[in-house]
Amino acid sequence: MSAIGQDIPRRDGYAKVTGTATYAYEADVDNAAYCVLLQASIARGQVSEIDITEALALPGVLTILTPGQVEKIHQVDDTELYVLQDGEVDYRGQIIGAVVADTPEIAHHAASLVHFSYHVDEHDSTFSPDRHDLYKPDRLGTGEPTDTKTGDIDAAMRKAPHTITQTYTTATNHNNPMEPHATTALWQDDALILWDSTQGVHAVRTTIAQVFGLDTDQVRVICPYVGGGFGAKGEPHPHIVVATLAARALPGRPIRLALTRAQMFALVGYRPPTVQHTRLAADEHGTLTGIALAAVNQTARITEFTENAGSPTRTMYAAPNRATSHRLVVLDVAVPTWMRAPGECPGMFGPEVAIDELAEALGVDPIDLRVRNEPEVDPDSGKPFSSRNLVACLREGADRFGWADRAPRRDGDWLVGTGVAASVFPAFTMQATAAIRYDQGRYIVEIGAADLGTGAWTVLPQIAADALEVPLEQIDIGIGDTTYPRASVAGGSTGTATWGSAILTAAEAFRDKFGDDPDDGDEMEGSISKPPFHEDYATYAFGAQFAEVRVHADTAEIRVPRLLGVFAAGRIVNPRTARSQFTGGMTMGLSMALHESSSLDPRFGHVINHDLAEYHIATCADATNVEAHWIDEHDPHVNALGVKGIGEIGIVGTAAAIVNAAHHATGVRVRDLPLTLDKLLPGLP
Amino acid sequence: MGLSGFRAEVGFRVDGEPHTLAVDTRSTVLDVLRDTLGNTSPKKGCDRGQCGACTVLLDGRRVLSCLVLAVTAGGKDILTAKGLAANGRLHPVQQAFLDNDALQCGYCTPGQVCSAVGALDEFADGKPSHAGDVTAEPELTRAEIAERISGNLCRCGAYTAIISAIEQAADA
Repeated sequence: MSAIGQDIPRRDGYAKVTGTATYAYEADVDNAAYCVLLQASIARGQVSEIDITEALALPGVLTILTPGQVEKIHQVDDTELYVLQDGEVDYRGQIIGAVVADTPEIAHHAASLVHFSYHVDEHDSTFSPDRHDLYKPDRLGTGEPTDTKTGDIDAAMRKAPHTITQTYTTATNHNNPMEPHATTALWQDDALILWDSTQGVHAVRTTIAQVFGLDTDQVRVICPYVGGGFGAKGEPHPHIVVATLAARALPGRPIRLALTRAQMFALVGYRPPTVQHTRLAADEHGTLTGIALAAVNQTARITEFTENAGSPTRTMYAAPNRATSHRLVVLDVAVPTWMRAPGECPGMFGPEVAIDELAEALGVDPIDLRVRNEPEVDPDSGKPFSSRNLVACLREGADRFGWADRAPRRDGDWLVGTGVAASVFPAFTMQATAAIRYDQGRYIVEIGAADLGTGAWTVLPQIAADALEVPLEQIDIGIGDTTYPRASVAGGSTGTATWGSAILTAAEAFRDKFGDDPDDGDEMEGSISKPPFHEDYATYAFGAQFAEVRVHADTAEIRVPRLLGVFAAGRIVNPRTARSQFTGGMTMGLSMALHESSSLDPRFGHVINHDLAEYHIATCADATNVEAHWIDEHDPHVNALGVKGIGEIGIVGTAAAIVNAAHHATGVRVRDLPLTLDKLLPGLP
Repeated sequence: MGLSGFRAEVGFRVDGEPHTLAVDTRSTVLDVLRDTLGNTSPKKGCDRGQCGACTVLLDGRRVLSCLVLAVTAGGKDILTAKGLAANGRLHPVQQAFLDNDALQCGYCTPGQVCSAVGALDEFADGKPSHAGDVTAEPELTRAEIAERISGNLCRCGAYTAIISAIEQAADA
């Protein structure tokens, strides 16, 4: 029986329900010292004076790292990692020092005794799409062009009988994985060990080796468990450099460094706010003649980040006249990064609400409108889709949800409505190598991959068992350690496709060489290295999300009693962990729709609601009924496994479905996230 | 090491095992468990009582261990999710979390588990919640469970499965 497709419980489940799975801060080391970060309290300028006398006098303080008083390190592409080399301050909250002490209490106490003076420069932290200093980045983070243009969208807008021209905005969102970023660092015998909470141990090793001018052989990064990442642990952030600086200043002494929740709002990235100027042109039948999205987001002076919010508009719907663009505003703010479905998640908000607005204007069902505008081939590249089952997802979702009788209704004091939106996420493949070794009746599969809760510990053995044609129980798996072969970062929904493909190649090589009766110690490696974009096909996962929204007629309190998603995401390796991925994404999408907004105070340049009391995320009571289904999809083109990746698509479209449902319930169209009751209340019937 | 002025002796049991130790008077139960005793089952997600990841059972009641100073825990019984699985046998709540895949990254999970155990005990004691009519006999509906577990945040979004897990454990 094939192991792929089986409903297998998580291999790491026992360790996680008992709390015995060890995360980065919890590394089993003796005599640890504790490192606490010091942060700039200005948004731009230079540190002029530092008084550490009082802090240093505190018994138990081991060392205090301050700008210019640490070892020289190397500049790398990510300029933010050039930490403590000078006193320049590029954003409020930037690391300008660190205290290391025998206990966390002493370290925190000492940190409060370090005093900084500054030369303050004027800063600018005001985001607006109407600024005159918008600029065009060279290209998107995905490597795609910044702007695209086909036909004449302006002419299409002038000629069409039905048009939508609206501006939609998404708020600043912080990833906020439950495990704050943490590093335990040990420098001993000319070698560095980092237990780091990361989505990619090899990426951290490579970068840290470059920063410190070490051979990669001198650096080992270990991370068996990650307490969530959602992109915020996709690239090394400056605190890892600080932990390493501290470890090298105190050889032989393990250093534990965990960010506070508040520090995570400055130091580890966020989804920047986006403004999406969206245009649709349609004929009298609802066939699109034009579609366009012009996106603006903020970025940081110190490091550029473009949220590719225009990407999905390039692919979703057919229309002869098309345009997308991306512009940036450089501000004195913390550095944005990937957050679950970067590009697609915010970028499907505007267009999927706009489609709903067009459907309303035309008086057609929003599902029918989407079906009517299905493209034959990818409108952007002209390539055929390797598989595209958006329509099947919409139809099956409509059946399961009970879309047909969707008339808005009133239930006591509650106005009830329903909404739909489409989901999309590209199916990429990255590069990875896997090793398979045979030992005493067991196959040991090793790969420097990561499990952020995604299920890699469980699904990779399923793939290996089938590839080797042996029972699942005979497979051991090792991930999250740079002693295992190099693997790509867990990001872009590429993990299972990439690492699974490497395991497939390794298994094939192993069986070619050793047959099915190997000897102890027999070992082979296999690699996958394809360009992320398929040469012949446009490869995407699709989905459809349905929401029921209840709005209180007097208070405008908003509830989402029901969310239902149907996805077409290739082969599903493990339905149990897959369901959690889909519903988890949808729940985070609900959170984005109703709650999440980081408020930046432009006077000071920092996020003021920098904790979980003020930055609201969905709680259990918000998401009592989130349901995911998928259609059987066999895609022979996407990769040898037929796997598309499912970690991100669940969050794409959720917010639009909820906003559309709120409109259906109330008649009030909200175009700015999050959907809070103050935006609905004035317009309630 | 440390300031003598900040030290006090305290004794309590952790997962059934007695400990007497000199703690920093500024230390929370959470920090003593994690940094001094090496019991990292309770997690630190915010250190401000806002996320629930550090939930343990203190004399049988669920508490946020990041908000309890260690010096106030003298003579108490502290039970973590690790201790709930006595002799390697999972507590019914833990088994139900596994059965329903009510976890992903696992960082909030030990706190969710302890909180669920405490919540079910509170329910059994007839303590009302905000979800229902506080004057009526409480019924363990999904809404009731959701309300009672909402102090435990899960960023992976396992909530729907967490409710199912607690339903299963309550029926066990």
